[in-house]
Amino acid sequence: MDQLVTQLYRAKIFITLRPSVLDPAGTAVQSGLQHMGYDNVSQVRIGKYVEVTLAAADEAAARQQLDQMCDQLLANPVIENYRFEMELTL
Amino acid sequence: MKFGVLVFPGSNCDRDAAMVTRDLLGQPTRMVWHEESDLADLDVVIVPGGFSYGDYLRCGAIARFSPALRATLDHAQRGGLVLGICNGFQVLTEAGLLPGALMRNRDLHFVCDRVHLRVERTTLPWTQAYQPGERITLPIAHGEGCYFADADMLKQINDREQVVFRYAAADGSLTDDANPNGSVEHIAGLCNTRGNVLGMMPHPERAADPMLGSIDGLRLFEGVLAAWAGAAPR
Repeated sequence: MDQLVTQLYRAKIFITLRPSVLDPAGTAVQSGLQHMGYDNVSQVRIGKYVEVTLAAADEAAARQQLDQMCDQLLANPVIENYRFEMELTL
Repeated sequence: MKFGVLVFPGSNCDRDAAMVTRDLLGQPTRMVWHEESDLADLDVVIVPGGFSYGDYLRCGAIARFSPALRATLDHAQRGGLVLGICNGFQVLTEAGLLPGALMRNRDLHFVCDRVHLRVERTTLPWTQAYQPGERITLPIAHGEGCYFADADMLKQINDREQVVFRYAAADGSLTDDANPNGSVEHIAGLCNTRGNVLGMMPHPERAADPMLGSIDGLRLFEGVLAAWAGAAPR
């Protein structure tokens, strides 16, 4: 039987609120930083960070799958954007 | 009229909803475990409040992949009635059955209160027992009820008259103070374009038993029953 050759990839996914969406938690943290004396802080936006390890035939296949995962579950396109970085793991 | 109430791990308003449809309305009602996939016997599917699957990732995000929710989408497609309350509303938006999204409350707090609502649309089976523009009072209890839709989506929602309830002051005006969570345009509940699916953050099932002080929510359930009785084949 043919053995499918796959590589193991680790993706770092960054999910952020779309610019048009208010971020009350980010605003609260911003105000906290300003109270601490960081007057130069003009904005804080809070997002999510997800690591996914997956096996795929090549990088293109892994990217395609990750896009689908983000579109279908990891991010909500109504309020969030996402991007990811990927690296080969051993 | 047969009701089904979905039960996810983490649902906590399921029995309250069933108490209304079974005990107050006297209608056959069954609980639908999230692993069930056949809802063909039901006329109305209620997606109740709670914290489905712990609300991990985003509220309602995981629940939409359950067999019971897939069956609910088919039920809605067939024109069946679907009511999402609180977490149920979040699940229905995550599933794409209703437009928009529900986010963290503007003031970051969990809000447990009674609020005034203005009934914006009374041509639906859900709301035909209310008067147009009528003010009702319903309980809310949520941390993530801030309704969001971008400008294009909002325009479409308004053009199609999908907004069913708005948070309002006692006199019906849309003041900032009357908006408990920062929802865009004070939206507290809305329907799909066809009108058979309703999602709302307030809890009509908690204002149904006169012993609890209000029956403003019972009228929603009575309305849908009357609509069904009127439409049922003889």
